[in-house]
Amino acid sequence: MEPSVIISFVIIPLFAAFLIPLVGRLVGGFQRILTSSIMLLLLVLSVFITLQGPETITYMAGGWEPVGGVPIAIYLVLDPLSGFLLTIINLLGFMSVFYAISYMRRYTSENLFYTLVCLMVAGMNGVVLSGDLFNLYVFLEISVISSYALVAFGVGKTELEASYKYQVLGALASLLVLFGIAMIYWRTKTLNIADISVLLQHARHDTFLVFVQLILITGFGIKAALIPFHAWLPDAHSSAPSPISAMLSGVLIKAVGVYVLIRLFFNMFQLDTSLAIVFTAIGALSMIIGVVLAIGQWDLKRLLAYHSISQMGYVVTGIGMGMILLARGGDKSIAALAIGGGLFHMINHAVFKGLLFLNAGAIEYAAGTRDMKKMGGLARHMPVTLSSSFSASMAISGMPPFNGFFSKLIIIVAAIQGEFYLLAVLAVIAGIVTLASFMKFQRFAFYNKPEKEPTAREVPLAMRFSMVTLALLCLLLSLLIIPDIRQIFLEPAVNTLIETTEYATKVLKL
Amino acid sequence: MKGMSLIVKKMAQLMSGLIFVYGAYIATHGHLTPGGGFAGGALIAGAFILMILANGSGYVRLKRQEEGSSAVESAAVLMALLLATIGLAAGTMVFFNNYLPPGIPGRLISGGVIPLYNVFIGIEVAAALMTIFLALVIYKEEISK
Amino acid sequence: MTVFILSFLMLLVGVHGVLTRRNLIKVVISLTIIEFSIFLMLALIGFISGGEAPILDAGISAGRMVDPLPQAMVLTAIVIALATNAMLLTIAIRLYKKYGTFDIRRINELKG
Repeated sequence: MEPSVIISFVIIPLFAAFLIPLVGRLVGGFQRILTSSIMLLLLVLSVFITLQGPETITYMAGGWEPVGGVPIAIYLVLDPLSGFLLTIINLLGFMSVFYAISYMRRYTSENLFYTLVCLMVAGMNGVVLSGDLFNLYVFLEISVISSYALVAFGVGKTELEASYKYQVLGALASLLVLFGIAMIYWRTKTLNIADISVLLQHARHDTFLVFVQLILITGFGIKAALIPFHAWLPDAHSSAPSPISAMLSGVLIKAVGVYVLIRLFFNMFQLDTSLAIVFTAIGALSMIIGVVLAIGQWDLKRLLAYHSISQMGYVVTGIGMGMILLARGGDKSIAALAIGGGLFHMINHAVFKGLLFLNAGAIEYAAGTRDMKKMGGLARHMPVTLSSSFSASMAISGMPPFNGFFSKLIIIVAAIQGEFYLLAVLAVIAGIVTLASFMKFQRFAFYNKPEKEPTAREVPLAMRFSMVTLALLCLLLSLLIIPDIRQIFLEPAVNTLIETTEYATKVLKL
Repeated sequence: MKGMSLIVKKMAQLMSGLIFVYGAYIATHGHLTPGGGFAGGALIAGAFILMILANGSGYVRLKRQEEGSSAVESAAVLMALLLATIGLAAGTMVFFNNYLPPGIPGRLISGGVIPLYNVFIGIEVAAALMTIFLALVIYKEEISK
Repeated sequence: MTVFILSFLMLLVGVHGVLTRRNLIKVVISLTIIEFSIFLMLALIGFISGGEAPILDAGISAGRMVDPLPQAMVLTAIVIALATNAMLLTIAIRLYKKYGTFDIRRINELKG
């Protein structure tokens, strides 16, 4: 395949982002049509690339070929893991933007909204494609700075406060990341991830590198809102407009947080057992504390935001168990199972949490409240929202035949096979508590008898389309459990993580 | 926003032209000397900001200026992106390709597309800093009203 | 080595400021201190004692130049820091408009 296709994931949204403020003010509706069509294009492109097969494509910006085997250009790398993340980002991006066509009409300055969304998508696509540490940092900042602005988009008291909190912690995290990158550069005098991985091949038990890795865990841990660093997430994700909440919870914390962590820890640093245990412990803590914090919430979007922490905990626990097994030199097939479960849960979480936030937006749109105590009796008035949110709730609580069941099952099976019995028990408990809190959501939002009969009506077509499609995906993604389909979509991504040093070989074509 | 005293106004009028020209010099000579688009753009923005601070400006006028500067900003970014994308279309399929002849090092017209990038980045940075400044001033005006 | 330790101390000063200051603007200033400590460190990483400016010119060998890559990184990071600070200050001004104060203790709509 033509390598220059992968740069289009960054430049197409960038073009759109800067075209919208110029043309959008002259032509009404231009911003909506342009953004949805480019997001559809990117979605089709990313699915197409994923189906192409598990090859690694590198692209050198500016055409600077390596000199004497030393890479000097900024590399963009598309491997199966990046392709997997690209599919998630652009799927959720398209769904949210399509939903926003109807939803955002209530807000002023739609041009700014779509500009920021395009910038955020460009930044996230850049993060997952980047093969260069500093470039990764730049793309990360593009996406998070636009997300700061999007969180404050409502310019009410709560939105501004949430955005300020998010920004201070986000800026602190970005600076820690930059600090870590500076330290790595100091040590290796290169920024190319593949090159660094070659140079650090024999550096085991190096105190300097352990320090750097802890700094990076803190930095990206704040971005991914893992438990000791989670304070900003419930505020920020519940204050943003609903399509943006869906993107923040669905993809941003994955693309700029967990993805970068696993990419750097598997493919750049040497795996280290004690750091892998730290990683897994953070995941397990997030899994259990996130859900405990969620159960007492009455604000619908805050409840969903706390569940994001818990579900990301599942992802990190799954991948962390694989990391421990690989670092110990244990059974590779169990490690593959654990990592596969984690990645599977990642895409599932994107789909069902995105859908739940879109549902919350629909309820807010129709009933005008986010407080679950004030809702009720919506079942008769909003059948589409009811059925889609039911399937999403069942998926997130791990009920068969929805996708969440299978990914949680894989993680628990891997935990038992890898003899992490405590983690398996924690995962089951977190699953049960999740079910309880979503039963609460279903009951209070849709079935409870309200004091006065609600006047809510079903939401417009564009919003219904996104919700129904995502609800269908909640069912369809269960098919990833079938080995033949896994082989195409999930297995190559798992293999890039299992074969830790292959990444450098493929990128540098050694 | 109120203006300042007559002395400040006169001095600002005298200085801002010089600052603008110096900024343009830094931006266009970015491939030869230290500096470049960002530094030059910051200077150019400084010239405009000096004028606004010295002479003062009404709320409506500030709003209009902000719209103008953000439009210029978008246009400049689009031009820089277009320059980079031409490399993709110019047969080599490489983004950010330097497709113009390199010329003789040390001359003003050399370095292929790099001076062009510097010019557009200069415009973009100047417009962006202006937009940031105007946005902050507009908020201040709204609060004091 | 001393200079690196000093810039790390500066980073810690900034972190202390972010964690203890109660004023929105002072938090932004503390973040700027962290930023600059990292910029300093990056510039120091590329530094060679007695090195030349990395400009291609007759009579200067590449071996004596300081490393230009960290300098490019610092420039890019400064631009990013500019964007972050502009966003933060804009939000701070808007918060001031809503609450009439910069005091973080009195801006507390969100809890739990």
